[in-house]
Amino acid sequence: MQLSHRSILGMIRQPQAWVPTLFFPLLLAAVYSSQFSNAVSLPDFPYPDVTFLDFILPACVIQGVLFGSTNSATDLAGDIENAFMDRLLSSPVSRPSILIARLSSAFSYGLVQATILILVFFAFGAELSGGISSALALILITSFLSMGVGSFLIAIALRTGSQEVVNSLFPIIFVFIFISSAFFPVELMDGWYGQIAEWNPLTWIIDWTRVITIEGFSWKALLQASSVIALISFVGIATSIRQLKRRLAVAS
Amino acid sequence: MTPASSYWSHQWLVAAAVTKRGLLRMRRLPSLMIPSIIMPIFFVIAFSGSFSSVVQLDGYSTDKAVNWMAAWAILQGSAFSGLGGGGLTATDLENGFFDRLRAAPITPASLIAGLVGYSVTRATLPTTAVLIVSFVALDADMPGGILGFIIAYFTAIAIAAVMSLFVLGIVFKMKTLKSLAIAQVVMFSMMFLSVGQAPLEAIEGWLYHVAKYNPITHVIRMGRQGFLGDVTWAETQPGLISIALLMAGAGIWARGCYRKVDI
Repeated sequence: MQLSHRSILGMIRQPQAWVPTLFFPLLLAAVYSSQFSNAVSLPDFPYPDVTFLDFILPACVIQGVLFGSTNSATDLAGDIENAFMDRLLSSPVSRPSILIARLSSAFSYGLVQATILILVFFAFGAELSGGISSALALILITSFLSMGVGSFLIAIALRTGSQEVVNSLFPIIFVFIFISSAFFPVELMDGWYGQIAEWNPLTWIIDWTRVITIEGFSWKALLQASSVIALISFVGIATSIRQLKRRLAVAS
Repeated sequence: MTPASSYWSHQWLVAAAVTKRGLLRMRRLPSLMIPSIIMPIFFVIAFSGSFSSVVQLDGYSTDKAVNWMAAWAILQGSAFSGLGGGGLTATDLENGFFDRLRAAPITPASLIAGLVGYSVTRATLPTTAVLIVSFVALDADMPGGILGFIIAYFTAIAIAAVMSLFVLGIVFKMKTLKSLAIAQVVMFSMMFLSVGQAPLEAIEGWLYHVAKYNPITHVIRMGRQGFLGDVTWAETQPGLISIALLMAGAGIWARGCYRKVDI
């Protein structure tokens, strides 16, 4: 609990780390909903009866949360760089709690960020057809996704111990988001690009989340999205545990 | 040689030396250039792929998304290259080398000109990379012919110069590498609040008015015209005026902030 608290406090005290993760999704949502508002009238657009803002809402929340998921890992790498990790390891702190603290920080950050983003979207006229249950499902999905993707970054932080390396992974997240159905439906993408977007697991998560926010709350869509996130989290956490064990072995 | 001409040739040599120093650093640390080249290439692929169908909407005046997005990616790459001079200066300020430069018999104008020269030279790399990917892999068109290429390069270089001056001002004021993040936010916002991804005819609401009066809109139109049709004076003139105004504003800003380096 103490380590989780420290981890979350550390994040709150660095506004330069979390302000851009709120700013950019909101900027993109504002820009795209004005620029592509007529795109919903294109033939084959899957949701012709909604506004473009409603269409991109889940993607923008997911984008913001994924950008923010790097923060927890960057802080961990910082702890390794400034030798705080060594002091932690020399104290009688339970080893798994080091990992749990960072994962819970990634989850909490995703939870708060998704809530803020959804409230701002509501203020600007976005609608969730399933009401509060759809909003809660979206918050839950994005928070777990933040933890799942965060766990991969935590593994890299443990492996490299370098903030620079963790930060340099940011473009990869960017690539995953853009080559997906985040900002435009896959049905309207041409050739190989559309094919890659279709195989991207983020497309599946976004599409199932979109069903919840546009068509209304659905247990089936929630389970489908959650199962992909659970798989990502399982692999990510297993990798983090392995890297933590490796670091402990080196330290001892 | 008169004393006046000797003075100016000396200042030009200083500017060239500062540019050369930046380029040498770039050669020694190629990792500095990788994001500036990879990101615009990714932008042209991603935007052309994701938004391949938007060209069916009114106002795009092309049937291929790549023709619309290539110019946008070129300008993004150039704007990021404009950060180069700022990054170099911030590093010099942090490690104290900049103080030695200031103590040398160098005018601020030649120092700033050298840093802008470095950023501008950097900008030609992502521009060339985006053009190669657009034409070789994405089947872009250039109905504007050779003039279209020339105007695309000119626009890229001009935007890099403007952004370089703007970023230098921020770095002179804040004296840290971290200030580049602020520059990126401002730069990114200005580029997105324009006709980068959609024509003015397709934009609705508040963004229509912002994009209409955003000088970057005219600059992008100038750089993009060769991809969509012939290069015309009607599209070029507003772009040139915008560039001149932006350059003057950013230049005054950079020079003014230079005075505050000691404060």
